[in-house]
Order: sequence, then C-alpha cells, then structure tokens
Amino acid sequence: MSAASVMARVDRDRARSWLQDYGVYVGVAAIVLFNVVFTPGFVSLENFRVQAVQAAPIVVVALGMALVIATGGIDLSVGAVMALSAAFVSLYLGYGPLVSVLVALLVGAVAGAVNGTIVAVAGVQAIIVTLAMMIAGRGLALVLVPQLEGIRNPALREFGSGSVAGVPYVVWVAALMVALVLFLVRRTLFGRRLVAVGGNRRAAELSGLPVRRTLLLVYTLCGALAAVAGVMTTARLQASDPNSVGLLIELSAITAVVVGGTPLSGGRVRVAGTVAGAILMQLLVATLIKHNLPPSWTQMAQTAVIIAAVYVARERGRS
Amino acid sequence: MPTDRGTPVLRARGLVKRFPGVRALAGVDLDLHPGRVHALVGENGAGKSTLIKVLTGVHGRDGGELELDGRPAGFATPAEAQRAGLATIYQEVDLLPLLSVARNLFLGREPRWFGLIDFPRMHREAAEALGEYGVHVDVRRPLGDLSMGARQMVALARAVSARARVVIMDEPTSSLEPREVHTLFEVIGRLRGRGIAVVYVSHRLDELYEVCDDVTVLRDGHAVHSGPLAGLERLRLIALMLGRDMSEVAREGATTFAGAHDVAGGAPALTAEALTARHRLRGVSLDIRPGEVVGLGGLLGSGRTETARAVAGDLALEEGRVAVAGLPVRGRGTAAAIRAGISLLPEDRKHEGIVPGLSVRENIALAAMPRLSRFGLVSERRVDRVVSTFMERLRIKATGPSQKVEELSGGNQQKVLLARWLALNPAVLLLDEPTRGIDVGAKAEVQRLVDELAEDGLGVLLISSDLEELVEGADRVVVLKDGAVVGELSGASVTEDALVDAIARGEASPVVRDRSDGGAGAAPEEEVER
Ligand SMILES: Nc1ncnc2c1ncn2[C@@H]1O[C@H](COP(=O)(O)OP(=O)(O)OP(=O)(O)O)[C@@H](O)[C@H]1O
Ligand SMILES: [Mg+2]
Repeated sequence: MSAASVMARVDRDRARSWLQDYGVYVGVAAIVLFNVVFTPGFVSLENFRVQAVQAAPIVVVALGMALVIATGGIDLSVGAVMALSAAFVSLYLGYGPLVSVLVALLVGAVAGAVNGTIVAVAGVQAIIVTLAMMIAGRGLALVLVPQLEGIRNPALREFGSGSVAGVPYVVWVAALMVALVLFLVRRTLFGRRLVAVGGNRRAAELSGLPVRRTLLLVYTLCGALAAVAGVMTTARLQASDPNSVGLLIELSAITAVVVGGTPLSGGRVRVAGTVAGAILMQLLVATLIKHNLPPSWTQMAQTAVIIAAVYVARERGRS
Repeated sequence: MPTDRGTPVLRARGLVKRFPGVRALAGVDLDLHPGRVHALVGENGAGKSTLIKVLTGVHGRDGGELELDGRPAGFATPAEAQRAGLATIYQEVDLLPLLSVARNLFLGREPRWFGLIDFPRMHREAAEALGEYGVHVDVRRPLGDLSMGARQMVALARAVSARARVVIMDEPTSSLEPREVHTLFEVIGRLRGRGIAVVYVSHRLDELYEVCDDVTVLRDGHAVHSGPLAGLERLRLIALMLGRDMSEVAREGATTFAGAHDVAGGAPALTAEALTARHRLRGVSLDIRPGEVVGLGGLLGSGRTETARAVAGDLALEEGRVAVAGLPVRGRGTAAAIRAGISLLPEDRKHEGIVPGLSVRENIALAAMPRLSRFGLVSERRVDRVVSTFMERLRIKATGPSQKVEELSGGNQQKVLLARWLALNPAVLLLDEPTRGIDVGAKAEVQRLVDELAEDGLGVLLISSDLEELVEGADRVVVLKDGAVVGELSGASVTEDALVDAIARGEASPVVRDRSDGGAGAAPEEEVER
C-alpha cells in the first residue's frame, strides 16, 4: 500500500465514527428531502400527523431495545409482547379500559422479567431466550384471542385517534417515553449501570454493581415499553389481531437502535439517535409504499440499512 | 546518532500522529538494525505505544516516511505489517480467553487436514512452540485459565513466525515473574542471534540494561535522545525521560517508599481467616493492621490474586471469614465487601478494570457512584468534584475528564483505575500489581501514595512481581505456595534475598510464624502454572 492510502485511512476512521454518530440525521434529512421533491402530498399537516402516529410504536419499542442492546443483549420478543398485550386489552376490556390497559402493561413487564431472569440469573444468551419468548408469546396471544377481534370502546378509540393541542395522544405518549428513557439514561444510577454492564461486565461486577438486578430491570422495562406500543396499536386499529400486531417490529427496532449509533456490542446508548432511527424506519416504509413497491421491498430495504449500519460500526473500538 | 551500521531494516523519519487534542508523535525518527535490541522508553503518554501502532499499521500516520530495507513502505493494516515481517505484541494483549491455548496460537493459520482443523497436529505443534518459551501447559485448556504471564508468552509465540524480521514488544514483562522474564530474555537473545531487530518497551530500567543495545527516549511525542545504551548512565536516562536535571533525579532514590510505617495497635483493619476455595486456596489466614502494608509473595499460581479476590468477595468460598476493623463483612459478593470498606485493584486492567467507551470521568466514578447519588439520582456536581480531585492527585494525563478512557496511555489507564478505588475512601486497599505499566515518575507517585494512605491508617495488601517493590513497600511479607501460607517475613528480615529464598523453597528462611496447614509441605511440586 502506498503512503497516501495509509494517510487516507485516518480520515476514513474519523469519517466512520462521525457517520456512526450522526449518519442517522443525514439519513432522515435525505429521505425527507426526497419525499418533499418526489412524493405528492408529502408536505401536509395531515401526512405529518399520520407519519408521527405510525412512528410512535416503533419509537417506543426501539427505546426499550436501545437499553437492552446497551447492556450487550438483544430482545427479539418485542413484537410478540406487543401481540400479547393487545390480546390482554381485549380480554380485560370488560373491566373497563383503564384496567385492561394496566393489565396489558403488567403482562408486558412480566414477559420482560421472565426474559431478564433467564438472561441474568441462568446466564443463557439473550438471543436464544428472547427467541423462545418470541415464539411462545405470540403463540399464547393466539390461544387467548384466536382471531382478529374488534374493540369498541370510546375511550380507547379516543386514545388511538384523538389529539390534544393538535398532536395525537399516541405521539404525546411516545414523547413521554422518550423523556423518561432520556432521564433514566442521563440522570440515574440505573442509566450509568446499564452501560457499564454492557461495556465490561466483569469490571462492573468487581466494582460492586448489581449486574443481575440491572439486567433484570432492563428486560422488564423493554417488555413494558413493548406493551405500551401494543396498547397504542390496538387503540389505533380498534382491534386486537394477534397475528399481525407487532409483526417484524423487532427488525425495525434493532435497525433503529443500530442506525442511531448504539453499537450492537453494547457499552453505549444513544437515545436521540434511536428516536431518529425509528423515524427513519417509518419514513422508509412509507416512502416505499407511497411509490407502490411491494412490502417485501421494505424488509429488504431495512435489511440493507441494518447491514450498512453494522458495517459502519464495525471498525470502531478496534484501533 | 549511532555509528554507521549499514542499512537499517526499518527506518522511520519525522513520524507525526495527531489525535484530537493531542499530538502523540511530533516528528519521530527511529532506526532499527538487524540483530540489535532497541529500547523505547519514556513516561506514560510519551507516545511509545502510538509509535508502535503507527509503525505497524494500526493507526494511519499524519506525516513522515517509513522505509523497509531502504525502500519506502507503509502498512495499511496490522496484517499487512505482519506479512512484511513485523511481529508485534501490543501492550494490551488481545487474545481470546475462551478459546483453547492452541487455537489462540494458530488462529487464522490452523493446520488443516482435508479442510478441517487438524487438532492432534495443532496441539502437538502448539505444545512444542510454547515449550520454547518456557510455558508447559495443557494447550487444550482455555487461554483464560492461564496466568497473565503465560498469556504473554502465547502472544509472543503467536507473533514471532519464521519470517519475522522485526519483533516489537510493548511492555512484555509488566506481568511476568522474574523466572519468566529470564525465559523471555533467552528468547530475545535467540532472536538477536538470528539477526532479527527487536524493539523493547519497558518501564523497568534494570531490564533495559540487561537486554538492550540501543535506546530511543521519547518525551511528549519527541525523540529526545537516540543512541547506544551502553555508557548511558542510568540517572541520565531517567533525567532524559522526565526532562529534568540529573542532580534533581539523584536526590530521589529508586523506589520512593519511606520505609517502615507506624503501625497502629488495636483491631486489625482486616482479618481474613481460613479462606478456602476448591483447588485455589487452602486455609489462608492473614491480618493487616491499620497503617500497615502487607506484601504477598509467591510464584504465579501460588494463590496471591485468589487471596485478594476472596477478601474482596469475588471468589466463592467454601469456608472462611473476613472482617474489617473487627466487624464481619455482612453478605456475599463484591458489593458487600465494598460497603465494608474493602477495595481491590485487579491485576488485569483490560478485562477487569477499564470500561471501554466510557469517559475517564465515568470510569473513575464507577464504583463510588452509589455514594455520589441520592434516591437513585446521580449528583453530577459531586461526581465532578471527586473526579477532579483524583485526576489532580494522581496526575492523570488526559485532555479532560470527558476523554474516552481507551484513548489514554496504558499507565494513565492504570491511574484511572487506582482513582476509582481510592474514590471509595476504603479502609482496606488490596493492590494487585499496582505499578504495572507505570513509568518511573508515576511509579514513585503511586508508591508515595501507598505510603501516605498507610499513614492515614489504611490497611494495604500489596501484590507485586517486582520483588524490590515488595521489599521496599511492605512492612511484612506473607509468602504463599499452592494456595496456603507457608511463611512470613517481617521487620529486618524482609530482604530481597530472604524473599527469593522463601519463595523458591516454599518456606521462609527465618520462619517468624509458620501458619501452614500442614498440607503445604507435602504438596506435590507443580510445574504447571495456573
Ligand atoms: N486512540 C487515541 N485517541 C486519542 N488519543 C490517544 C489515542 N491513543 C493514544 N492517545 C494519546 O496519545 C498520547 C501517547 O499515548 P501512548 O499510548 O503512545 O503512550 P505510551 O508512551 O505508550 O504510554 P504508557 O507507558 O503509559 O503505555 C497520550 O497522550 C494518549 O492519551
Ligand atoms: Mg504504552
């Protein structure tokens, strides 16, 4: 290799690390720009509202995923947990909307806690534990609610499609979750612990950090956030459909997290990047649909994005 | 400049390397000649590791020329450098602890048999290759089971292939036992005999004089001196490294330990009784009084690290009690020990200490975080205060508290870890190789600090493979063998000779108190290192 190419490498390293941190914002800007130019009707208040409403569950799920990934784990069961919580909303609707929503959230948290316990205490790999939960969770949802079930409840309908101050309720809730997770990560002991556990578990242990408790809490939180997303989706669709609620959302969520600059190996968490990543995923899907490309294209596009993101993140932390 | 010795194998001119906020190399020249061992010395953060990484393609360079055999060269990746004949052992040994020793040794170039790994052959060859480096272990075991020293040897054996022209070692001896250092020197002697150019980085000056021919002194990214080592006075070398006057350096001795401490009476700071763990510890008891520095002597695998880990709640015990200031440690695990006032600085900086990706600040505050928080909320103000106190006190060289810890030089990372444990304000401090990889100046600072802490009434347990450090620093040395206490030296009988003797024979020559459990003498001679 020539000397020039050696020197070019330095710049490449810097570019790569910049891309990992800020690439997602460039991506969002680019896709917005593309749509402004090529998609008729993109620039309208109504469309913004639709996009925001559809992005909301992805954002919420991705937040939980970001926390899990920061500890060096992964949660493939988020979609199944969404379906499970949707099933419980319809099962307990007889007790009133509030009770059914609370039960649904609790169920999500419990599913997450089960994941967390097996990962933290038994030390089984997260990918295997949550894969099992992904299959079992959706299976259970299908047993409880075998087919699409309409939900007629004025309060839930209002939550799913109403707005306050021009902003849909679900977007408010997503914003609240973002604020909550930001607070956890920036200000609390728990937030410091989860990145330390992901960065070097052994050092965390030796420093007296409650490693298992931290992991348990992270997975529980991820489950609860998935349940929030499940409730949002149910309220918006006015139906509980265990077959389709949250299907493949784990792919979008993981992509959002990685594109947003949180490395898959853990030790770092980027909340704002994750939110931008989730928005990017939503816009990607919307754009492809608007331009009449089949849904399988969406999945391929997502896969391409995640591979690109992992590639960019690859070289960091090695030199 | 050195006299003409023909073309150097590797010649660097005006190497420049900038990192955000620092110029790690500011125009460095280096000539490596066949069959000569070249020492690279300088303070922590002087740029030694960076120079090596720029030479071997880990980092790109921002300026300067590189010639291999008189032809312009440059390596874009470490693999390219390796192929060109530059074998390197980096400061932070990076092997895979879960894979077997043999796999680590042959990673990426395993002997094949119809496309499959030929395990019998690989194991045989691995055992042979390691034998040359004085490592006799079961090569099928995971690498993680080996001592740091043995791992270092595996790294060396891995790097030095038949085609190597230049062998570069960044602080190879910082975790080696005297016996292993000896083996390493034999290996270096053989390399030199084969006409290989060797680069040797170390903070241990004795070793440099023993094994090196030439020396280059780095200071703040500049090569401030280059030439043959013979005839260069030791004091002058230190003065060059520190950038100070020789007379100034002369006033401070080799180690800066003040000697004996005033040991307070009353309850011991630490009492450990009958610590027992399968295959590792067999009834180790010891106590440390406030203000006392107790050394732990013994060979690799004698149970020194395990004793420290047991005290710190990091090793599951079958039996044994630990008390701080007379109060038994309540509960199990590291958190309980930390609450009771026990701090352990672990020996493996990379795997047990540093949290990569986090800043210097977060790394320092890691263990103390609960104390710097209220109701689960971190008080940034208090964290800042503690961090800046310790960064100043230990003179940690970084662009600021928010710099990533991986970007610090090895010695400064070690100081960050020390700060982490001191920030807990412990009653008992267990130091496992505390001056590993620390330069002469910083080493003196750490030793002075240990003295100061002892004076403040802290009980200190000191583990060091540097016998001089142990003898100078400790008031008492407890000697371990095969996981049991086999003797103890105290007062005037703590000398290097007595210690070497005690360690070698497994019993202290003037046995002050023999606390072995009777089984130690009968224990089989074990050559295998743990
Ligand atoms: N990846 C990096 N990013 C930013 N700064 C770095 C990086 N690597 C090294 N540095 C800085 O470059 C300087 C030289 O570091 P280097 O590791 O070469 O020191 P060293 O001489 O090997 O020290 P030690 O004896 O402690 O190992 C230090 O100030 C260090 O903080
Ligand atoms: Mg170094």
